[in-house]
Amino acid sequence: MSDAAKGSFVAHGDRARAAKGSLIQRFPWLRGYLLMSPTLLVMLAMLVAPIVALVVRSFWTQNVFQIDTTFTLRNYAQIFQLSDKITYWMSIPFPFANPVYLILLVKSILMSLAVTAFVMLLAYPMAYFMAFRVRRHKFLWLILITVPIWTSYLLRVFAWKIMLGFNGVINSSLIKIGLIDKPLDFLLYSPSAVMLTLAHAWVAFAILPIYVSLEKIDRSLLEAATDLGDKPWERFWHITLPLSAPGAIATSLMVFIPTVGDYVTPTLVGGSGGSMIGNSIQILFGRQNDAPLGSAVSVVMMAVITAIVCLFLWAVGYRKIRAREAI
Amino acid sequence: MARRIDFLPIYAVLFLIFLYGPVLLLPLFSFNDATYAVFPLKGFTLKAYQQMMHDPSLLKSLKNSLMVATGVSIVSTAFGLLAAMGVTRYKMPGRGPVMGGIMLPLVVPSIILSVALLVIARQVFDIPLTLWTVGAGHVLLCVPFSMMVLMARLEGFDKSLEEASGDLGENGWMTFWRVTFPLALPGVVSSLLMSFTISLDEYVMAFFLSGLDQTLPIFLYSQLRFPQRLPMTLALGSTILVISTIIVIFSEILRRRGVQTTKPSGL
Repeated sequence: MSDAAKGSFVAHGDRARAAKGSLIQRFPWLRGYLLMSPTLLVMLAMLVAPIVALVVRSFWTQNVFQIDTTFTLRNYAQIFQLSDKITYWMSIPFPFANPVYLILLVKSILMSLAVTAFVMLLAYPMAYFMAFRVRRHKFLWLILITVPIWTSYLLRVFAWKIMLGFNGVINSSLIKIGLIDKPLDFLLYSPSAVMLTLAHAWVAFAILPIYVSLEKIDRSLLEAATDLGDKPWERFWHITLPLSAPGAIATSLMVFIPTVGDYVTPTLVGGSGGSMIGNSIQILFGRQNDAPLGSAVSVVMMAVITAIVCLFLWAVGYRKIRAREAI
Repeated sequence: MARRIDFLPIYAVLFLIFLYGPVLLLPLFSFNDATYAVFPLKGFTLKAYQQMMHDPSLLKSLKNSLMVATGVSIVSTAFGLLAAMGVTRYKMPGRGPVMGGIMLPLVVPSIILSVALLVIARQVFDIPLTLWTVGAGHVLLCVPFSMMVLMARLEGFDKSLEEASGDLGENGWMTFWRVTFPLALPGVVSSLLMSFTISLDEYVMAFFLSGLDQTLPIFLYSQLRFPQRLPMTLALGSTILVISTIIVIFSEILRRRGVQTTKPSGL
């Protein structure tokens, strides 16, 4: 009996093993997920779970030192509560009782849009130069563009503080030359200082993906266009620009999205006039000790960014462009 | 045509000046014998650097940063390698969304990631904020980069080498150590170096997730408030700049050499 039991147990084990083997054999990609599983678990625990926790937290409230965990929309109401008193910012009406978060959000988005446009205008010609003009020492150019991406962001902001400050490089140099008598005080601590610094911090980052999409363009297409009588400008307009559009669009999003939430740059070079939504989130989580409201502001910011990105991709017909690229 | 050839190289040079000019002021002024960072330069001095070497809290934060960066680079490279091996070897259904998810930390504003991690660490699990929490946050930021670097490397080499090793009787583990890992090695080193610099320079997450132990960027940031400390801050900034630059150049050389046979790789 015990033999029989053992026999059946072994047989059962074999069958189970065979089934398992065949499952992996039938679906070899399962091994891929098996290999990825540690990474996926970590990302799940450290990306998905925290964001879920953040969203949940935004429906709770802070009672001085304790957190009230009853579900409420109070934080969102605080952000969106309408009021008869209309606050104007840049002549945009904000009919809200507590408009500061929404004004900062709109302001941050507008500033980021300006930064993104500026970055793309600066980066595209540079990427074009590297893809089509540089023949020798290409590696050197790539290194020159790559190094600033990885060297401290904080230090680059610090450098602009030194450049633009009241006793900074630009002011002291202008005084030395005799162009001005007193330091210009609008250089530092203004939205334009923030935008300039942000653009400088992101521009190197934007070049590489555009460069890759330009480099991938089949050169014979360009030759064909020339043979068929296209002038260089027409050739650029009909071939190079459309073919590099997906890369450029993706790049602009990779600049736009993170800059909306930046808070280091506005803190260091923005002053009170140049503050952005990231500053209020930081203050809510820090000094004001109101994590639930801070979470709600973060959720609203993410939702608005996602909506803008989707709208933008839909407006430019990103799918169609991608499909065209695939052909 | 002729006009554009004239214009683009000039633009490229101006662009490089714009890109590097402000940053190069840091080392320039760090050797200047004055409390303010203004022209004209006064005289050459190494005072700031001497001061830097004798600042105990600076040395402490340097030690903290080096520990975190070393741990982060090893852990995120390991995770990146596993994920890259999975993605490059098998045609997995749902690969697109999964990859998108892993790459998400590249685009989500880091303040969102930081506060989300802060909420889950402090308010959900009540984990005290230490260098470990900073390291965990940095791993989240570095894994996407590690994975990209290693995918580019793994896609470049011949799969039949691994198959040959299997046919010759090596088991999966030995094949990994004797074939896959050596072939991926330039990518691995590049990923280690890149994660190391990202962690060494990262400020936002470190600010939110560190407790009493400072990292170097946090120390640097705290020094920015004191105008009289400017020379030392400049010296510290310049040192970080030089170290990061060397690491990045080395890492890029390894990475680009590794994938030269295939298409030019992106980030």
